[in-house]
Amino acid sequence: MTAASSLRCRECQREYPLTATHVCEFCFGPVEVAYDYDKIRRNVSRASSQAGPASLWRYHDFLPVDRDAAIDIGAGFTPLIRAKNLGKALGLNNLYIKNDTVNPTWSFKDRVVAVASSRARELGFQKLACASTGNLANSVSAHAAAAGMEAVVFIPHDLEAGKVLGSSIYGPTLVKVQGNYDAVNRLCAELAGSYPWAFVNVNVRPYYSEGSKTLGFEVAEQLGWRAPDHCVVPIASGSLYVKIRKGLDELAKVGLIDEPKTRMSGAQATGCSPVALAWEEGSMNFRPQRPNTIAKSLAIGNPADGYYSLVQLKETNGACGNVSDDEIVAGMKLLAETEGIFGETAGGVTVASVKQLAERGHIHPDELTVAFITGAGFKTVEAVAPHLKPALEIDATIESFEAAYNAARPVEVAV
Amino acid sequence: MAVRRVRFTFPEDLIKEPVIYLLGKQFQVITNVRMADVDEHTGWVVLELEGDGAEIDKGIAWAQSRGVRVDPVTGDVVEG
Repeated sequence: MTAASSLRCRECQREYPLTATHVCEFCFGPVEVAYDYDKIRRNVSRASSQAGPASLWRYHDFLPVDRDAAIDIGAGFTPLIRAKNLGKALGLNNLYIKNDTVNPTWSFKDRVVAVASSRARELGFQKLACASTGNLANSVSAHAAAAGMEAVVFIPHDLEAGKVLGSSIYGPTLVKVQGNYDAVNRLCAELAGSYPWAFVNVNVRPYYSEGSKTLGFEVAEQLGWRAPDHCVVPIASGSLYVKIRKGLDELAKVGLIDEPKTRMSGAQATGCSPVALAWEEGSMNFRPQRPNTIAKSLAIGNPADGYYSLVQLKETNGACGNVSDDEIVAGMKLLAETEGIFGETAGGVTVASVKQLAERGHIHPDELTVAFITGAGFKTVEAVAPHLKPALEIDATIESFEAAYNAARPVEVAV
Repeated sequence: MAVRRVRFTFPEDLIKEPVIYLLGKQFQVITNVRMADVDEHTGWVVLELEGDGAEIDKGIAWAQSRGVRVDPVTGDVVEG
């Protein structure tokens, strides 16, 4: 049995049963899952986690789903890599990369959708739905397929073919919506309110967002059961950023790690930076924006957890990167060329933000810092393709190869 | 009757305007504020609008024409 005990409003603390609801009926504040931590403490140990599956379900005691109901396509328990080369390039001596590009549909969304889809099926839903520009649609489609559920996925009409294919291979009902970003958003919010489906990031959002905690659990376990000194996390809705810290706090609450003193820093693209701008202005009120950035997976102009992100930035003495599209491309290339990891544009935002925050003194060179790379680069090839070195084109002769190869090599200067 | 839960974000030049009062007076829409944070520079109000669906749409369009940003209370639901 899960240790989840209720849904609790984050504003007025009113409690609700564990149903498909996401907003407090009284104050319209967001609700989140509350747990019986005594029960979790009795059930878990470091050994029990280590004996669990190599997926996020090794932490099922901390999730709002019964273990037997889990839809497990292998999401989570991704590598934590000591990034010596990238660290050297950025002047950081203790930098790690949490590589979430290797999830089943190549992004961290598999974590949240694994939990949301499992809980949705447990609640009796037969249809799983979402509105997405890429990663979320891919993951919902895949999990629905594995669960034997029907997927209905709403996408903007002008989405790139590659991103559409990453969902359609799993056989969902794909709905292309005409209109600008705001119109698509408004329609999907209304649909979510009127159809009896599990919209993963709307009516089952309290369960969905709990999946992000598992990144905090994994990092602590992979570091030998300790919290990092500093995390740098991309901010879209803000849920991932807030929940990673919640994961660390929960491990401490049940005695698996010491009380975390982790500084939580964020990363946003300048073309969609409501949280970064509010943080720079010292305000707790963000102004919604109309996104215009190549980091489309972070393009949430009105972030549901924007306020809570600002609270966490303040409480943990974090900072927020704010990086241009050029810096994002440079960040993607730097990650690939130093660590062999091809992250999507959001990864470029994170790496560029680590660079910016280190240069501005927000990250101390010796802090144990973890940068979260949340999606694979093949999702956003169009962003970097024009900036890469072209292939050598040769005839099928050794002479042609040597001429082209020597012409392309950097000139070696004798010292 | 339809019910819509929305978040109004006010720019600085509208802080002194009684926008919500005028919305209820000029349109057949019942306004019910549930949460708010307003200071001298900016502010947001989360409220429930109740009335005929088309009348609510007209009221929202009017508020937007005055410079108020209107969003679903859930924040953006289209994710990457």
